[in-house]
Amino acid sequence: MMEELLSTQEELNHQSLQTKWRLMVLISQCALLILFLPIPLVTPKPIDRLIHIDATSFQFTPAEIKVNQGDRVTIEFVSTDVVHGISIDGYDFQLTSDPGQPVTGTFVASWPGMFRFRCSVACGNLHPFMIGKLWVGPNLILIRGVLLGILAVVAAIFSLKKSKVLKTGKTS
Amino acid sequence: MNRLDLTRTRWTNFLIRNRWPQFLIRAITLAGFIFTILAGLLGSVVGSHNFAIIFVWIAWWTALKLFFIPFGGRSWCSICPIPMPGEWIQNGGILQPRGKNFGLGKRWPKFLRGRWLQAGGFMLVGLFGVITLTSPSVTSIVLLIILLLAFVLALVFERRSFCNYLCPIGGFTGLYAQAAPVEVRVKNPEICSTHAQKSCYEACPWGVYPLALKSSANCGLCMECLRVCPSDNLAVNLRPWGSDLGPETKHSLDEAFLGLVMVSSALMDSAIFLGPWGQLKMAAYAIGTGSWFLFAGLFLVIALMLVPGIYTLAVWIANKLGEQKMNLRKALAHQSQVLVPLGLTAWIAFTISFALAKFSYVLPVVSDPFGWGWNLLGTVAKPWVGQSTLTSMLLQVIVLALGQFWSSRVAIKISGSLKQALPMIVFSAMTMVGMLWLLIG
Ligand code: SF4
Ligand SMILES: [Cu+2]
Repeated sequence: MMEELLSTQEELNHQSLQTKWRLMVLISQCALLILFLPIPLVTPKPIDRLIHIDATSFQFTPAEIKVNQGDRVTIEFVSTDVVHGISIDGYDFQLTSDPGQPVTGTFVASWPGMFRFRCSVACGNLHPFMIGKLWVGPNLILIRGVLLGILAVVAAIFSLKKSKVLKTGKTS
Repeated sequence: MNRLDLTRTRWTNFLIRNRWPQFLIRAITLAGFIFTILAGLLGSVVGSHNFAIIFVWIAWWTALKLFFIPFGGRSWCSICPIPMPGEWIQNGGILQPRGKNFGLGKRWPKFLRGRWLQAGGFMLVGLFGVITLTSPSVTSIVLLIILLLAFVLALVFERRSFCNYLCPIGGFTGLYAQAAPVEVRVKNPEICSTHAQKSCYEACPWGVYPLALKSSANCGLCMECLRVCPSDNLAVNLRPWGSDLGPETKHSLDEAFLGLVMVSSALMDSAIFLGPWGQLKMAAYAIGTGSWFLFAGLFLVIALMLVPGIYTLAVWIANKLGEQKMNLRKALAHQSQVLVPLGLTAWIAFTISFALAKFSYVLPVVSDPFGWGWNLLGTVAKPWVGQSTLTSMLLQVIVLALGQFWSSRVAIKISGSLKQALPMIVFSAMTMVGMLWLLIG
């Protein structure tokens, strides 16, 4: 009698352990999908854009720029006080402007996402934090991040539900 | 209980128990600390060319958050140079346990106990953060003050009063050490109960009695207890992450406050250092001006009212939804455990975004620590401008999602029901979305 009980008990534990593993695999698959599933987007027809950026210690104006993927972006960059530069993370793009001397440069916004641009010439104390943001197309990684967060909550709930079964299985 | 006791393996046991390995590392960190102070005072005033700035704010601060704490809890405190001189004087020697004490050995005043001052100190660092982070001499002066303060306090008060009640870094490491995979614990409680001398307590610089240890928050991993225990009854365990967080552990209001200050600081630092808002940066920098006071006001409102307010609301709702009601004070303390994985992962994500981009500055300043144009190691090169690439952003997203998972799990574990855990889950989700927006939005 006792032994029989024990073996069903073990069976139960084994089963819930298996479902737990299955669940974990499922959740990690979902996570990978959320992170890497390519999303076909209708990108608007690429256009040429001219954007004027002022640099003043320690602020770009405008510091937030939105373009569409594929756009040919020409930046007209001018410093208003000391020598400043601009370089965009992830893009091979760099300009340096002497005070009052506008310079221009062009790049094609082929990578989607959010990219910080920074001052590239040491210009003073706050130089390392002289930052702006460029968005190319919709910011998919932000959306993916939020979805992944939701999945994380679901995973947390399920991971504990199963272990409760395990626990009661053990103690009862 | 899945634990791996490091004292059971011969070579790890030797490394932990023998005083020399630890002393050697401490000697190096102390020398490095003093060198950093000198570099900051004498070297180049350009932050990114000065060893002090790069080593303290990029190398050390990053290593603390990405390595020491997540893998070793308070392991930094085990080799920290700050309390060393004072402690050596207290002990009347370098390689010996606490014994006959030099110094006045006064007890730390009751009303100053707890984590309040540490949290306050951390907030002060935040309020003056932009200037400390950019000015080598200010960094040096802060380090010097900390070193002297720890020294003087060691002469007046007993044990590591500075570490226990004042050090902001200690507040930070102690809080998150609860989530870390290392602990010092008693092997067999029965042996302790028959040992009247309590040599371990006598020897502990932190004033901790190992038998009573429920959480690693106050244990500095100095290993003194296991060096003096006559019965070899202390273990240094590797354990699963988050072991100290659960329904049974006791928590107090000051821990909640500390946890909230850390969460607010992670959000504020992300906004200041990684955001596109130049006005904010300049206001934070221009100490003493009207705009700085505006900034300080904003900082304090967020850290003392907004975030704690939302937290209190969440705890209050959770408490209403529970079957057994606690009083609000108790509930605020109890739920603060959710803030541990939340804050830790928020800081890690911030660090990935902030420091990895700047890591290229490290090698050049090793070669030219004062910024005087030396090139000792031939590693001076123009550092590439930091790039937060797609990989770094993906990493940040994953770390924040892990934090959401972890803090939700803690919330569910310490609550009576899923329903009761929901408000806390929502609180951590709000924080996480805030971080996501600031870091990659
Ligand atoms: S509490 Fe502070 S001073 Fe004390 S050991 Fe830890 S980091 Fe160092
Ligand atoms: Cu600049």
